[in-house]
Amino acid sequence: MTNIDSNSNRLEVDIAGIKFKNPVIGASGTFGFGREYSNYIDLNKLGGISVKGLTIKPRKGNKPPRIAETPAGILNSIGLQNPGVEVFIKEELPFLKKFNTVIIANIAGNVIEEYCELAEILSDTDIDAFELNVSCPNVKEGCVAFGNTVEGISEITKQVRKYCKKPLIVKLTPSVMDIKEIALAAEANGADAVSLINTILGMVIDIHKKRPVLANNFGGLSGPAVKPIAVRMTYEVSQTVKIPVIGMGGISSGDDAVEFMLAGAHAVMVGTWNFVNPNACIEVIEGIEKYLERYNYCSIYDIIGKLELNG
Amino acid sequence: MSLMLQEEIVCNRELVTGIYQLTFRSAYVSQNAKPGQFVNIKCCEGFNAILRRPVSICSVDRENKNVTIVFQKRGTGTSYLAKKRAGDVLDLIGPLGSHFDLSENYKNIAVVGGGIGIFPLLFLLEQKQCVHKTAYIGFRSKNYVVLEEAFKHNSHELIISTDDGSLGQKGFITDLLEKRILEEGIKGEKYDIIYTCGPGPMMKKVVELASKAGIKCQVSLEQRMGCGIGACLACACKIKLRDDWQYKRVCKDGPIFWGEEVDFDD
Repeated sequence: MTNIDSNSNRLEVDIAGIKFKNPVIGASGTFGFGREYSNYIDLNKLGGISVKGLTIKPRKGNKPPRIAETPAGILNSIGLQNPGVEVFIKEELPFLKKFNTVIIANIAGNVIEEYCELAEILSDTDIDAFELNVSCPNVKEGCVAFGNTVEGISEITKQVRKYCKKPLIVKLTPSVMDIKEIALAAEANGADAVSLINTILGMVIDIHKKRPVLANNFGGLSGPAVKPIAVRMTYEVSQTVKIPVIGMGGISSGDDAVEFMLAGAHAVMVGTWNFVNPNACIEVIEGIEKYLERYNYCSIYDIIGKLELNG
Repeated sequence: MSLMLQEEIVCNRELVTGIYQLTFRSAYVSQNAKPGQFVNIKCCEGFNAILRRPVSICSVDRENKNVTIVFQKRGTGTSYLAKKRAGDVLDLIGPLGSHFDLSENYKNIAVVGGGIGIFPLLFLLEQKQCVHKTAYIGFRSKNYVVLEEAFKHNSHELIISTDDGSLGQKGFITDLLEKRILEEGIKGEKYDIIYTCGPGPMMKKVVELASKAGIKCQVSLEQRMGCGIGACLACACKIKLRDDWQYKRVCKDGPIFWGEEVDFDD
């Protein structure tokens, strides 16, 4: 057990030099700009918020229907609808900065130059870190195209690193043969942390209309259905890289979060379950705390990566 | 402002095949809800049909703190909701969304509803005090006609149509509206505003008719929702701008929009 002063916050975790008061972050694409949840929960209680994916110019997003339900999950094809980085800086960031929580800017683009420009613009603001979105499956150009090859992820991480003056988290797609080598490529080219997993490309068909439910035909699968895949990948990646791993995929309780942390995650992001329960992040924080209490751990570090494999 | 609430169900009964009327007691929603708004209900436990279901508010009894919704049993989530009984707890967020413009300037109003789109219009009729209220409601056939008495009670004039003519006048409700506002000119008097809710093609026609007659018109839109509180951007609807368009959120920017803003062809 780690020897920690009893007055210290046992949920506190350090990722790339940033202190998170607890390891629970609202996942990008599910938490808006925080504002939408501020009616229901105290944002000060969150470890962090990763904002809706930002692009240089406003994006309209994909045609509706954009969401479909699946067993233990959902499929979405929002298509990175967002008001653009300038509106974010002017109208959303000042609101977010009223709260004592880490602000992560999730950035996306069609070409590498757009990612670099976003990194340059946002480096001069009050955001705390970047999350490089190279894994959104719902846009035709960019994004996942960079994220699913070693060459792609190496090049974009290397280029963005030059413009990025804050910690850089690279968000990984699960839609690859070997996520370990993608994570290694991100690390080798300057990532301070990796987050995983983004959604998995899927399809739902309306058998009566004989058409896909989503206007975009395919969408990203998320929710409890993807959790075992996400936990396995979190384990594999955390065994492979030296930088911290942020795990996500189907977390709906403190126990789920603990699974990810035992598998090696330093922090977790809560996504789809925010839609079901706006209080989800708070309940996950409380659940982790209860687990630490139950086993009398003084620090979150007492559980990170403490998984013992069966022989 | 909306709240996350756990409220007690007072009653839940099937009105006609597959259409349920559920009343729950809620001090907060009953005092704060406005016509056009909805509640977002968690229908299932566990990981089955995980998303909440948005349901329009149909009627509010402020004195007894009761709120009534009417929904159609369509899939897994609403099937669970149909099974709930008096005394069960309803997990909901509400009241949510924008509301109909009930300005005092509107003295002579019409509501036009089709199928399960009629329910928020009943709440509007209940709340709106004005000189003359006309309700146009259309159904597929007499077997689907619900809440006829409530509409009669809350309007000065009730016009019903069914597609097959088994009750009221035969045809689409928009045909009757067209006849009244374009051909008869409603006896020289014009509606100050028309409110509509129902299938997209019906609302599109109502907006066209209102526009031709120079009458204001508000529509209540529907779209598949994720969160219901404006965060996920799933429930997009196409809204016209001067030289462009944008997707707005049905749950947060709507569900009520001005008719001329909406691009029904998306």
